[in-house]
Amino acid sequence: MSEVLLVEDLYVKYYTRRGIISAVSGVTFDVIKGEMLAVVGESGSGKSTLGYAIMRLLPRSGAVERGRIVLDGEDILRLSEEELRRIRGGKVSMVFQDPFTTLDPLRRVLDQFREFLAEHGIDAERGRIIAEEMLEAVGVPKNLANAYPHQLSGGQKQRVAIAMAIALNPLLVIADEPTTALDVVIQRQVMDLLDDVKKRGTSIMFITHDIALAIERADRVMIMYGGEVMELAEKSMLAKRALHPYTVGLLSSMPRIGSEKLPSSIPGYPPDLRSPPKGCIFHPRCPYATERCRTVKPILSEVEKNHFVKCHLVKAL
Amino acid sequence: MTLNIYTVIGLAVILVIVLMALLADFIAPYSPVEASGMELESPNPLHIMGTDNLGRDVFSRVVYGARTVVVVVLIAVILSGVIGTVLGLVSGYISGILDKILSFVMDSIYAFPSLILAIALSVALGPNIFNAAVAIAITYIPTYFRMVRGQVLSIKNESFVEMARALGLPITRIMARYILPQLTQTLVVVFSMNSADAVLTEAALSFFGLTVQPPTPDWGFDLYKGRGFILSGAWWMLIFPGGMITLLALGFALLSEGVSQSYVVKEGE
Amino acid sequence: MGLARYIAFRALLIIPTILLLYTLVFIVLRVLPGNPVLAALGTKNIPEEQLKALMRELGLDKPLYQQYFEYLINFLRGDMGYSMIIRGRPIANDIADKFPATLELAIWAMVMSFALGVGFGYVAGKSRGTALKHIARLYGSITYIIFIPALGLFLQLLFGRWLGVLPTGGRLSPGIYINSITGLYTIDSLLQGDFNAFADAIKHIILPSLTLGLVLSGPFARLTLSNMERVLGSKIVVAYRARGVREEVIARHVFKHALIPIVTYLGLQFALLLGGAVLTETTFNWPGLGTYLVDKIMYRDYTAIQAVVILFAFLVGVISLMTDVAYALIDPRVRY
Repeated sequence: MSEVLLVEDLYVKYYTRRGIISAVSGVTFDVIKGEMLAVVGESGSGKSTLGYAIMRLLPRSGAVERGRIVLDGEDILRLSEEELRRIRGGKVSMVFQDPFTTLDPLRRVLDQFREFLAEHGIDAERGRIIAEEMLEAVGVPKNLANAYPHQLSGGQKQRVAIAMAIALNPLLVIADEPTTALDVVIQRQVMDLLDDVKKRGTSIMFITHDIALAIERADRVMIMYGGEVMELAEKSMLAKRALHPYTVGLLSSMPRIGSEKLPSSIPGYPPDLRSPPKGCIFHPRCPYATERCRTVKPILSEVEKNHFVKCHLVKAL
Repeated sequence: MTLNIYTVIGLAVILVIVLMALLADFIAPYSPVEASGMELESPNPLHIMGTDNLGRDVFSRVVYGARTVVVVVLIAVILSGVIGTVLGLVSGYISGILDKILSFVMDSIYAFPSLILAIALSVALGPNIFNAAVAIAITYIPTYFRMVRGQVLSIKNESFVEMARALGLPITRIMARYILPQLTQTLVVVFSMNSADAVLTEAALSFFGLTVQPPTPDWGFDLYKGRGFILSGAWWMLIFPGGMITLLALGFALLSEGVSQSYVVKEGE
Repeated sequence: MGLARYIAFRALLIIPTILLLYTLVFIVLRVLPGNPVLAALGTKNIPEEQLKALMRELGLDKPLYQQYFEYLINFLRGDMGYSMIIRGRPIANDIADKFPATLELAIWAMVMSFALGVGFGYVAGKSRGTALKHIARLYGSITYIIFIPALGLFLQLLFGRWLGVLPTGGRLSPGIYINSITGLYTIDSLLQGDFNAFADAIKHIILPSLTLGLVLSGPFARLTLSNMERVLGSKIVVAYRARGVREEVIARHVFKHALIPIVTYLGLQFALLLGGAVLTETTFNWPGLGTYLVDKIMYRDYTAIQAVVILFAFLVGVISLMTDVAYALIDPRVRY
């Protein structure tokens, strides 16, 4: 079992005019070769920031304050711009939420694809062959290779994005809500495609707000809240026995076929990350919060094999 | 409204020039139309901006010349602002065929080079100071019309306007009470930017001899005359009138820049 | 729709605009001054018979609506009527003479303003700090309000009189002659391999085109800057970076995005260019349509003034058509 990515004690802050936002605080996790790790959280949970931090593509207001991001044995935070550029799209690539805004509308699909390959040192002739092969592999009709992005459907655009993301056999693909902008049928097809990608041996970090989809598709699931990891476990373990009150809340808020109970949402609002609550970050919304939760920050601990939880109330089993 | 540095400088420049026009009788040391020295004297203690080819004091002509431009710009901007705003309000609010026709006419005029239209108009109306103002006013009506109409279209369906309509208030009341106040910010910006344009157009008409008749002092026309004395090296006949035109236009441009910046900041944070 | 049909369609839409402008000019110059012949002659003491003969010669004795249509049809056939002042001189000949000079000035000024404005805006947009961006914005507002004759005459004073390195006016030095092929001296001289004449033509056009170009470059600088900022902050750029595309290459693509709104602006800029050209030509004794127009204004030669102004109306219409087509070619999202 070898790890492709190791993130250790990562802190990311945004410096905005409205204040300093602690978007990611003390996050530690790894991604193993050939697995799909789902990162689940509401908007503002820091899940996307995590993805952008790994790509070193944080907006200018954002900065990694502390921690290590080790990809394939190399600390990404120590790389030069040029080294980073080679890694992006090479060892690690990204698929974005909205394929409508990420492909350049002014340039033909094939041109963008070949340029990307050329930037990674692949000569024109081989670039053309690889691009055409990859587009075919993800199911983009051949006659659309020379089309402009606006002539493609949303699903086709996302297929193109995925084709580019995997063309150079990366170790890791970060997929940031890759299906959110698509309708349900297309969603399923794109997720199947990501499954195929995984079978090629590429690890996938699947960022989503949809815990049901995460449990259905991923190997392991990591729950984030307020920029921190709340729970991390294999999906079967999480589905059977979620331990963190937040995870439990998320699970009960998803509609289930055959269940008598109506889905219930978690009361309260996500924390203001300019001044996060003391103690456990979830305590203001936690139905079981005690005095200790309000004052002492819990640590992420392994309560059973490969099942990590950050909660005072969950004892080691 | 917070006072921006550009706003302050712009207002100061405009104020100084307007005061100069008002108080010309007290400021100018000589008559602007009679010789007070030798021909083409370079700047010296008696004639701080030198004299022109007829021995007239350039400084006095610059001071009195402010009157022409201030009067023309004032009339032109008020005329075009009022007419353009009213037409824009009506057209945007009422919609329908009238709106389509008006918009088409205004867009066409807007696309046409405003300076050439102003030239054609003042030639047709006959060259004098009032007609020049009217000519400039007509060319700038579309600027106000387009802006006001666009704003009205976006405002008129907002709830507070619909409420007023539901209450049965007359259209004129709705416009005056509910719509016009929403437009003031944009109008102020357009008004000051447009004034800068009007200064330049006035100067251009003067340059072509389409405003005042000699010997009345006027920056644009004086600049045109100075053009004949470049090779004599009479730079003072060019720099001073030319500089004043640019300075006044700059004043309005800075005012517009400053005002729009203050609004953006206020809306942003 | 194919491109040809798209062009035809846009051209149809331009026609009403041109007709409206024609009507406007016709009203302004034909109807407003009362009897234009009297206005041109500047006197009412003219024998009735002579006035009638003159009116008939110029076609001014017909009913207004007839004049309106006849003038339009003749104009489209290239017949712009006759000068009121210089009897029997076809205006079309004058215009054909003067037009190349204006075209040459307009082209060079456009090149200058595009290079100065877009170049500055591009550099400022790419820069990481804010200082250059502030300067570019200020540049945008200040160049816009420069009075063309003031700048032009100052440059003449500086380079012509004080430094003595460039001529203060005209298109060519006395004694230099270029056979007219296109009418654009900088091109004709090259076509004929006469580098001496080419250098002279360039020397003459530097100051006028710089003056006009500088004044027009402000909006380009501001637009380019704000477009660059907008696109650089967009997800397209993040996606390019995520693919490991080099920053220089990304900047090139961003530039194309930034250019699209500028192309739309070119049409509007052209109206300013024509107005500016009239001032620039007068300032530099440039023998083009602008100087011609001002000359005719001095003599109240209404038929000539009308011809030039209507020609400008047509030019504005044609340019706005060309802008639309250029926009469709550069942006594949425009469906045609």
